[in-house]
Amino acid sequence: MNAAIVEGLTKAIGRAATDLPNDVVRALEAARDREEGPARVQLEAILKNVEVARDGAVPICQDTGTLTYFVKFGVRFPLLGELMEALTEAARAGTEAVPLRPNTVHPFTGANPGDNTGAHIPAVTWEPVDGDAAEVYVLPKGGGSENCSALKMLTPGAGLKGITEAVVEHVVSREGKPCPPTVIGVGIGGGADVAMKLGKRALLRSVGSRHPEPKVAEMEERLETLINASGMGPMGLGGKTTVLAVHIEYAHRHPASLPVGIAVQCWADRRAAVRIGADGQVSHLG
Amino acid sequence: MDKVLNTPISENDVRQLHAGDVFYVTGQIFTARDEAHQMMLEHGEPFPVEGLPLFHCGPVVRKSGDQWELLAGGPTTSVRMEQFEADFLKRFRSRVIIGKGGMGEKTLAALSEVGAVYTHFTGGAGALAAQAVTKVEGVHWLEELGIPEAVWVLQVERFGPLVVTMDAHGRSLHAELAAEVAENMKRIKAQIVG
Repeated sequence: MNAAIVEGLTKAIGRAATDLPNDVVRALEAARDREEGPARVQLEAILKNVEVARDGAVPICQDTGTLTYFVKFGVRFPLLGELMEALTEAARAGTEAVPLRPNTVHPFTGANPGDNTGAHIPAVTWEPVDGDAAEVYVLPKGGGSENCSALKMLTPGAGLKGITEAVVEHVVSREGKPCPPTVIGVGIGGGADVAMKLGKRALLRSVGSRHPEPKVAEMEERLETLINASGMGPMGLGGKTTVLAVHIEYAHRHPASLPVGIAVQCWADRRAAVRIGADGQVSHLG
Repeated sequence: MDKVLNTPISENDVRQLHAGDVFYVTGQIFTARDEAHQMMLEHGEPFPVEGLPLFHCGPVVRKSGDQWELLAGGPTTSVRMEQFEADFLKRFRSRVIIGKGGMGEKTLAALSEVGAVYTHFTGGAGALAAQAVTKVEGVHWLEELGIPEAVWVLQVERFGPLVVTMDAHGRSLHAELAAEVAENMKRIKAQIVG
C-alpha cells in the first residue's frame, strides 16, 4: 500500500465532500442575483450552506454520494497497482475521516459494509493517456440526482431537434427531485453504455466552460436557455434557474442508433482532482 | 424579522400559515424516512410526537463518547413517504412536515383535515441544517433500521428557512407550479420543432 497516494486521495475526497468548487459557487451567486421570492430564499440557503460546510470542513450534503473516479493514467505511469489499491483504501479512509455516510448496499442482502466500498464501487473509469503521471478526478455522486439520470434511444431521424426535445422534456419532468439548479451532462452517440458514460464524464467540466466545437457549444447554450424557460426553478419551487449548465460530449454513432445519455448532477456539483507523479508525489489539481 | 415557531406547534399555529410563508423552528424535531414511517404505523410512536415537526432526513452522524453529533442533515425526497403520510398525520398529529420536492394529493387532503403544513427545506443544505441542531437528544430503532432510517430526536434553534409549499387550506405550490410549467413547455416545444 502506498501511504502517500492513499493520503492524497483521502484528502481529495474530503475536499470534494466539504468544499464546493469556485466555478459552481460563482454560478450559484449569479443565479441568486437574478432570482426573487422562494427561488432566492433557496439560493441564499444554498450559498450559506456552502460557506458553513467550507468553514467547518463538514459535508455539504448528508448524501455524500457514491464515490466515482475518472482516472487518466500515463501509459508509462509506474504506480498503477498501488493506485488501484489506493482508490478503494481512500474510500475507506475518507468514510472515517470526513466522515462520509456509508452509502453502499448489497442489492440482494441489503447488507452495508459501512465503508463506501463494495462490488464495482468505488466506480472507476480508466483512461490511458500519454506520459508517466496520473490524474484522478473524484466525483461523489448523490443518489437523488442519479435517480434522475436517463438513457433515451432515439431514432436517427429525430436528429438534433429530437435530442433537444428529449433532454429538455426529461430534465423539466424531474421537477425538484434532483435538487436544482442542476448541472446536466449529455452524452450523444456511441451506444447505450458509451452515451451514459460520456454524460457522466461531461460533469467533470467546470461550470461555465463550453465544448470546443462551436456546433456543440451552441447546443449546450440552447439547452440551458430552453430548460430555464420552463420556470421550474431552484428546488422546483419556480424561478429562472433550473440548470446552472449543460455540458455535451459525443461519440460517433451507429447509422441506425441515436443514443442520448442524460446524467443529472445536483447543485452540489462536488468535484476534486489530484495529479500523481511517477515518483508518487501527489499534488492538488482543483 | 424572521418568523420563528416554537415546538410543540399547535393546530392553531399551522392554520394561520399560508403557501409561500417562510418560517424557522426552535425546539424539538424528529427524523423519519420510509422505514421509520412503516415502523411507527406498525408499532406506534417511540415517544410523543404531537406538535413536533417530522423531518424527512437520513443524517450523517458521529458518536463521541455517549453523545451523538449530527454533521449533515438536509431533507430527502418526500414523495417516497406519500403512501404512509396521510395515515401518519392522522395518527401522530405532527403538524409540520419538513422535506423536499413536495407530496401528493392524499397528503394535501390530510393536511387540511388534521391541521398541518408541508414545508420545503433546501435540498442538499445538510451543513446549514446541522448548524441549527444544538443537540441530538436521542435515537430510536437505531439497531433495527440503521443510521439513515432511524428516528433521530433533535433539539434545534432557528431551523430553516422553511417555505410552506402545501398549507392546511388546500393550496399546493407544487401543483400550481406544475400547471404553469406545463403551459411554458407547450411554448418551448413549439420553439424546438419550429
